[in-house]
Amino acid sequence: MLSYLLRRLTWSAATLLVMSLLVFAGVYAIGNPVDLLINPQADQAEIARATALLGLDRPLWEQYWLFFRGALGGDLGISFAASVPAIDLILERMPATLELALTAMLIAVGLGIPLGLFAGLHPQSWLARSIMTLSTIGFALPTFWVGLMLIMVFSVQLGWLPTTGRGATVDVLGVPLSVLTADGLRHLLLPATTLALFKLALLIRLTRAGTQDAMLQDYVRYARAKGLSESAVVRSHVLPNILIPIVTVAGLELGSLIAFAIVTETVFAWPGMGKLLIDSINVLDRPVIVAYLLATVCLFILINLLVDLLYAALDPRVQSGTTR
Amino acid sequence: MMAAAAPTGVLAANYARDRIAMVALWLLAALLFAAFAAPWLAQQNPYDLAQLDILDAKLAPGAQSSAGLSYWLGTDDQGRDMLSAILYGLRISLGVGIASTALALGLGLTAGLIAARTGGWIDGLIMRIVDLQLSFPAILVALILLALTGQGIDRIILALVVVQWAYYARTVRAAAMVELHKEYVEAAVCMGVSEARILLRHVLPNVLPPVMVVATVQIAQAIALEATLSFLGLGLPITEPSLGLLIANGYAHLLSGKYWISFFPGLALLVTIVAINLVGDRLRDLLNPRLS
Repeated sequence: MLSYLLRRLTWSAATLLVMSLLVFAGVYAIGNPVDLLINPQADQAEIARATALLGLDRPLWEQYWLFFRGALGGDLGISFAASVPAIDLILERMPATLELALTAMLIAVGLGIPLGLFAGLHPQSWLARSIMTLSTIGFALPTFWVGLMLIMVFSVQLGWLPTTGRGATVDVLGVPLSVLTADGLRHLLLPATTLALFKLALLIRLTRAGTQDAMLQDYVRYARAKGLSESAVVRSHVLPNILIPIVTVAGLELGSLIAFAIVTETVFAWPGMGKLLIDSINVLDRPVIVAYLLATVCLFILINLLVDLLYAALDPRVQSGTTR
Repeated sequence: MMAAAAPTGVLAANYARDRIAMVALWLLAALLFAAFAAPWLAQQNPYDLAQLDILDAKLAPGAQSSAGLSYWLGTDDQGRDMLSAILYGLRISLGVGIASTALALGLGLTAGLIAARTGGWIDGLIMRIVDLQLSFPAILVALILLALTGQGIDRIILALVVVQWAYYARTVRAAAMVELHKEYVEAAVCMGVSEARILLRHVLPNVLPPVMVVATVQIAQAIALEATLSFLGLGLPITEPSLGLLIANGYAHLLSGKYWISFFPGLALLVTIVAINLVGDRLRDLLNPRLS
């Protein structure tokens, strides 16, 4: 386990290093930040001063070193648009995004596993067929269009739910949460459903495939031969076996939910870091873009690491390293 | 070699046994035709401002224009016929999807074959790049690339190629590794067939069919991703509006009840994606030996 952990940590550190290099190369080396930062009418002396202030007159490796040292200490520059440290903006918005992503994951897991289980146990029933058709459509629907249609039906036509913002929030340990107030929940429902739909379709398929596979295994036949009821077979033999891969995939998909939250947040004007990213791209607020990227990369590396370790703990075959 | 040589006629007959898949295939053919023939089918060129009449802006579906034309799907805020705009948008969406998938497939095939054949550090390097890229969601990678490179049809194709190639490279490498250890390759080596000829004439035809099926479904993914990026304002410029941009354009009018400006382009997008997925799924089932 220890050698596996070390190998995995080395890979994480290498990923972080490569990503920081790529981000640096992409954002700082392409184009000149000075052109964006100062008044276009500025004279030569002013341009030189700004260049020196930003360290842009030094060799590229030294610039990278300054950027890297700053990043380690959480200093990613000051937002051009808001004039506060970029990382503070990101951290301030992060809870809203995490709340949205986790709620969506909860919806996807809470509905996906039971529906997939049913579809796998009774593949010929009309209900199972409807579930699978819905899952095919759920796969095909682009997230942003689902959001628009939900707004059209539930907000514009029926007038039941609000379309923008987080609603009332409650501070828990200094972190504002929508999920604890009735108004916040009303605001959360549409964006979270929109975001959950794709993962719901995925989890239905995974659970169904896993269930169908498990039902053919010898341990299920023996459990039946032992005289267990069908529900007991499913509960204590099928479910625990199919849950390992499902939990792993759900964990890995959390990262993609955070990325797709960019779209959902834009549609519903949800004040998370995804919406902040799009707004920053539109005004070319580079420090915020960099801060978002590095924060997300760290989040992803952390999620991937945790899921891999969890999987290795659940399934000892992984540690031997034969699958990597 | 036997599987690859399966007569196309048998495949077609088997395909036709699934009614839904047949409907999807006809639908897809109709969409491709509509996209190809858009300039002849559309009753106006939606991007020629001289043909637009601002007095016809935001008309409901079925309304008549001042010149006597029927706007079957309504008009947008510029007085543009939505049906014509959708036909032109479909052309761009399908074109971008197909072009980017074909390029990514070519790049992935090359990288995958090289990795499988050479092995060693080159293989290691290519696969680490693939690992690194696949550990980040496609939308994030594409978004960042577009934020850096700016808008344009070439930029979005580039971004879509970058996010897709790694997937093919991994699939092709795995399949090619299996093929390279088979006896027919050994026989070819013994006969003194050149390296390039073994890869291109012997290994490639055996690796290609499953990857092509994946690519069919990937076209739908590429179209959806392009629509999403255009919706976010990072994809195509307003002069080359894809379906995603049309939807984004109608978004502002959705709240005032003028649903048709974004509903119909969305419907066209949805039908396209579902049709491609259904055709791809059917092909995959037919070519999967485990299911037959």
